[in-house]
Amino acid sequence: MLQDGSKSIFAPWSDPAATPLIRFQSVSKKFGHFTAVNDLNLDIYEREFFALLGPSGCGKTTLMRMLAGFEATSEGTILLDGQNIAPVPPNKRAVNMMFQSYALFPHLSVADNIAFGLKRSPMAKSDIQDRVEEMLKLVRLEQFARRKPHQISGGQRQRVALARSLAKAPRLLLLDEPLGALDKKLRQDTQFELMDIQERTGTTFVIVTHDQEEAMTVASRVAVMDQGELVQVDTPDRIYETPNSVYVADFIGEINLIEGNISPIEADRYALDWAEGQPPIIGTSQEMLREGTRCHFAIRPEKLAISAEPPTDRANCVTGTILDIAYLGNMSTYIVELSNGQTLKAQVANNRRIARRTFTWNDQVSLSWTDTAGVILTR
Amino acid sequence: MNLRRFILIAIPYVWLLALFLVPFGIVLKIALSDYALSIPPYTPTLDFSAGWEGIRAFFAALDLENFIFLTEDDLYWRAYLSSLQIALLATFVTLLVGFPIAYGIAQASPAWRPTLLMLVILPFWTSFLIRVYAWIGILSNEGFLNQALMSIGIISEPLTILNTNWAVYIGIVYTYLPFMVLPIYAALDRLDGSLIEAAEDLGCSRFSAFWLVTFPLSRQGVIAGCLLVFIPALGEFVIPSLLGGSKTLMIGKVLFEEFFANRDWPVASAVAVILVLLLIIPIIFFQRNEQRQREQD
Repeated sequence: MLQDGSKSIFAPWSDPAATPLIRFQSVSKKFGHFTAVNDLNLDIYEREFFALLGPSGCGKTTLMRMLAGFEATSEGTILLDGQNIAPVPPNKRAVNMMFQSYALFPHLSVADNIAFGLKRSPMAKSDIQDRVEEMLKLVRLEQFARRKPHQISGGQRQRVALARSLAKAPRLLLLDEPLGALDKKLRQDTQFELMDIQERTGTTFVIVTHDQEEAMTVASRVAVMDQGELVQVDTPDRIYETPNSVYVADFIGEINLIEGNISPIEADRYALDWAEGQPPIIGTSQEMLREGTRCHFAIRPEKLAISAEPPTDRANCVTGTILDIAYLGNMSTYIVELSNGQTLKAQVANNRRIARRTFTWNDQVSLSWTDTAGVILTR
Repeated sequence: MNLRRFILIAIPYVWLLALFLVPFGIVLKIALSDYALSIPPYTPTLDFSAGWEGIRAFFAALDLENFIFLTEDDLYWRAYLSSLQIALLATFVTLLVGFPIAYGIAQASPAWRPTLLMLVILPFWTSFLIRVYAWIGILSNEGFLNQALMSIGIISEPLTILNTNWAVYIGIVYTYLPFMVLPIYAALDRLDGSLIEAAEDLGCSRFSAFWLVTFPLSRQGVIAGCLLVFIPALGEFVIPSLLGGSKTLMIGKVLFEEFFANRDWPVASAVAVILVLLLIIPIIFFQRNEQRQREQD
């Protein structure tokens, strides 16, 4: 999601003159023989809400712990504001972290938890009190200042942890699966609250998550990681619409993947021969692809239109029978089996009552899409 | 209340009644009796054959004479004070030694922890009495410690440790160390490691993170360990009589001498009753205080 400042779009990563706040320069991290992070280069800019997304064990948490100072890099350097942070211990870094377990001090009240970091700084006592009140107000917990962590709800604890990590006004805030412990409804509300707080405080946020929906919602840019490497770093819409690999396409949301051989048609248009007796898929690609290249065609289920009769105005059309229907409330996913056994998922918004649904099991239907609806992936 | 729950609750109460309150009642009764040259060596004894009159006579014969005697001879209160001092200091030293051990075990890799814990418990596999006797061999003038120190030339004459209060302190710290280590380890083991990282992240040095987070959160373990060491140390008899000297004054020793040397059961019982009260009253106060704090939270 792009953040609209008055008119100009916030996108320092596309501005060659912008200097990044954090710079990973060929950073590697090894634990014994296991490589958690492998030769990684990454720039993160000031005021960004940056998400590290990947399955567990992909190295995203290691990356964050290196920023916080709990792990040292095996190779390479990390620059914060142009300074190498390797020799700076965690307690001297202008970086704060919100822990996955929240790590609230159980023996201290909410207010004392928030004041904990401030008391370790040279801040005057009266200023500390003002700052604590400011933070309590920011996370709307004024009435709970004197409670202990075990006397408040999970959602409130999450907000205390956020307030505590923001209290020292860090240059960079690290959030390790900040919403993992909350139930779905609360998580969605809190996502918007996080974005709001990030915008109001102007702090750079780096969030680690395995929840792709969460990353898409909150982040200005998302880095998809796999086995210690960055697969794609881009804005959420580009990650979703134009994934650069099968891995990213498959990891983010639902996708139909069709494997076949490429033959160029004209300029950026290509045809994908994918099965005997099926028409080739017409798609576009900015890449120059050679005849016969083995490729995947990837298309999101909601980009497939489902109809009883084949439409005439669309570049691609296949027919099949409905194998299964998953009813999700606001939308339904139709699983359609084509004559060659390939199944495709098509998602349709349920804008009519379910009783008046047009299609049902075993119906013959056509699936159609335009030539720009999907992407051709070479890796 | 249904029967099952009643039985469940009744079991510990019956247990306490049979194994603590009844013996304590008997000791208290003897403390209120008079010394006599008979078997058992005190009067009065309850005689049901005399009926109601006998019971009345029995209670009329009970008095506080022995307790008053304890205040008249300064041996007793000096023994109480000396025991208190030895037990307090020994508990403190045990804490100083035990905390780092517990901390070290809690920080050790999970693969090592069972072994380290086993090493802490290992001494219990031998008789307590034998272990204390072994210390005589270590601490005596010709003992291993003095021989070792003299052979490496730190001292030229043997140190007199055995039969002094030093030996008593060493004995108590050695014997009760596991009782200190285990509860503290249990508390430290429960501690979430990310709390320490959070403290460091918020600007604490290693040491202040320990002092502001680890130590307060292991408080329950520290208190439990201190009580487990202090209570038996206060009434300790074997260690002061084997390792201590004639000047070592501890109430356990006094108690033993009253019972077995003087055969004055009533006075010995009075000494024991006061000892129990000395232990129970502070513990009750302490628990009340804890409870009040918990309610405030």
